[in-house]
Amino acid sequence: MNVGLEHYLLVSAALFSLGLLGVIMRRNLLVIYMSLELMLNAANLALVAFSRFNNNLDGQVMVFFIITVAAAEVSVGLALIVALYRKRASAHVEDLTTMKL
Amino acid sequence: MNLEDYSWIVLLLPLAAAAVITLFTQRHGKLSAQISIAAVATSFLLSLFLLITLRETSHAISAINWLAIGNLKVEIGLHLDHLSLLMLLIVTGVGGAIHVYSWGYMQADRCVSRYFASLSLFTFSMLGIVLANNFVMMFIFWELVGVSSYLLIGFWYEKASAADAAKKAFITNRLGDFGFLLGIILIWATLGSVEFDALKTTLAAHPAALGSMAGVAGLLIFCGCMGKSAQFPLHVWLPDAMEGPTPVSALIHAATMVAAGVYMLCRVFFLYEATPAWPECLAFLNGITALNIISWIGGFTALLAALIAVQQNDIKRILAYSTLSQLGSMVMAVGLAAPGAGMFHLTTHAFFKALLFLGAGSVIHALHHAQDIWKMGGLKKKMPVTFWTFLVGTLALCGVPPFSGFYSKDAILAAAADPVHGNVGLFILAVLVAALTTFYMFRLIFVAFLGPVKDHAVDHALESPGIMIWPLRLLAVPSVLAGFWGLEQFIGGAFGETAHALSWHEEIFAPLNHSPLAALFGLFATMVGLGAAWQLYAKAVKDPLPEKLGLLARAMRNRFYFDEIYRVLIAITHELLSRLANWFDRWIVAGLMVRGTHGTTELFGRALRLAQTGNLQTYAFLFAAGVVLVLWFVLGR
Repeated sequence: MNVGLEHYLLVSAALFSLGLLGVIMRRNLLVIYMSLELMLNAANLALVAFSRFNNNLDGQVMVFFIITVAAAEVSVGLALIVALYRKRASAHVEDLTTMKL
Repeated sequence: MNLEDYSWIVLLLPLAAAAVITLFTQRHGKLSAQISIAAVATSFLLSLFLLITLRETSHAISAINWLAIGNLKVEIGLHLDHLSLLMLLIVTGVGGAIHVYSWGYMQADRCVSRYFASLSLFTFSMLGIVLANNFVMMFIFWELVGVSSYLLIGFWYEKASAADAAKKAFITNRLGDFGFLLGIILIWATLGSVEFDALKTTLAAHPAALGSMAGVAGLLIFCGCMGKSAQFPLHVWLPDAMEGPTPVSALIHAATMVAAGVYMLCRVFFLYEATPAWPECLAFLNGITALNIISWIGGFTALLAALIAVQQNDIKRILAYSTLSQLGSMVMAVGLAAPGAGMFHLTTHAFFKALLFLGAGSVIHALHHAQDIWKMGGLKKKMPVTFWTFLVGTLALCGVPPFSGFYSKDAILAAAADPVHGNVGLFILAVLVAALTTFYMFRLIFVAFLGPVKDHAVDHALESPGIMIWPLRLLAVPSVLAGFWGLEQFIGGAFGETAHALSWHEEIFAPLNHSPLAALFGLFATMVGLGAAWQLYAKAVKDPLPEKLGLLARAMRNRFYFDEIYRVLIAITHELLSRLANWFDRWIVAGLMVRGTHGTTELFGRALRLAQTGNLQTYAFLFAAGVVLVLWFVLGR
């Protein structure tokens, strides 16, 4: 079986959808966070696949940047979650409704 | 400098006087009076000079461009022809006499400067109307006259009645002016010009140029005259205007301002010579012309005012209603296609009515502002000069030959008896008015000047000082002589009639040769009126008429309840309008628009608020859904 672009893209879409589903459905903040990372990596996969099949390295360079930024973002995000947990003693989204008027 | 350019000086001198008085000499009453009198006297001399030098030329124009927008060109231009030259003389001549008289009459007043400034402003505006060579300029000065008459009527503004009268005069005039303005716009829209000469040429070449709007335009222009010349139904302001100082009554409400309407009709008479036609919606008027309507309005005003005058007791109000009645006759003459006769009567009327008003002022002055004729009597002995000049004015007004009024009134009667344009109904009306005029004027003479003394205030009455007596004497001269000076021929020149010069002794008997029927009826009416007045009032101590006529006399005394009717009518319309406005404001503006806007906004706000759950995942879901929607929108369709 010859693996083509569409296969990569299908995997990428599946990953992205799973991530989105996780973000919407799961209640724990940490899990939501992991689902977000999943979506990012789905995008990375699509970029790399495009880059590979178009013989153009721009996409791969882009992926490096995304990974770097994601690492930074994860550290900030985790720090926020820890701070939130200390304050509220809960990491469940149902408890975080202060944005409601 | 051309000869006709001197007319600018005539026009601007009174304005300069008004400006100087207002700016510099407010505190010096005597100086203000001198400035004002000097200005009007100079204007008078210049007008006389212009009249003598320009008499032969038919007309001259001196103009500067004022504004040009698209094809609307408005000039500030002075139009000098027989008509305006004659009016110039009346305004500055009679006005000058009144200026001098005012100085005597107003000496004791605190605000003499304000008075003379207003008087000069009035003279300026009036001269502007007389000299204007286009509708727009005439309208501007028309309004200026309204303003200055407002200032003068309300001169004693501390008195509530004077302030009210001033407002009434101004507002009533505005009503008429609105129609006038509409008429001007209509004429400009259809003929493309506002200049009298251009309009005249156009209409002479194509009498049907105004199309179906000819009648409407004529009537709208007449609205202006209706306001200024106080024709029914806008006549109510004139009697109230007597609240002003008496010289003002003489100047504005006898000689000049009220004459403006008649003068304007004569000036634009060419409009009424256009082919008469009415628009579709006024088809029921077919067969009668604008002139017919004008003549009937004039005739009706004349009769109405004469009837009211019969039962008035205030000396100035009698004269005011008599003015109304005479103005009605003039308008009727214009309506009978005899503007020359109207203008002739205007001229003679200016002389003798100013004389009468100044005479009345002299009486009022001597009696310390008593105006009720039933508190006078026997003034002949106390004030001989006033009496004799007043008598001259009365005889002229009643049309006793050879006084000037006889000739001008005869011209009007002749116009009514004219086989082509005349009308039997109007002729009878005019004769009736002539009889009534004589009746109420001699009622005034018998009760106030002859007859028994009715109040002890008369015992202390003294003849007025020279400065007030001399204008009376001066005005008495033209009141007697103006009939056979050749005025009629002179005015006729302005309307393209062939002038045939008569020597003065031929002119004295001209009415009898020209239209013996009219002259005889006029004389007959005068004698009937005089006889009736003598019969009823020669020895009367109190008015016998109310007992004899009962209800009718009461209606006459109460001015046929016009003021009351208007008050009720205005109250009703006002109430209706304000209710309508209230409803509109409450339901449409406040209800639908203000509350509507606020309600919809709030509704939307409340609806959108439901989406703000505060739950992160709902937002994420909505966000994703939005992205899907956009993607579907961009790619999927």
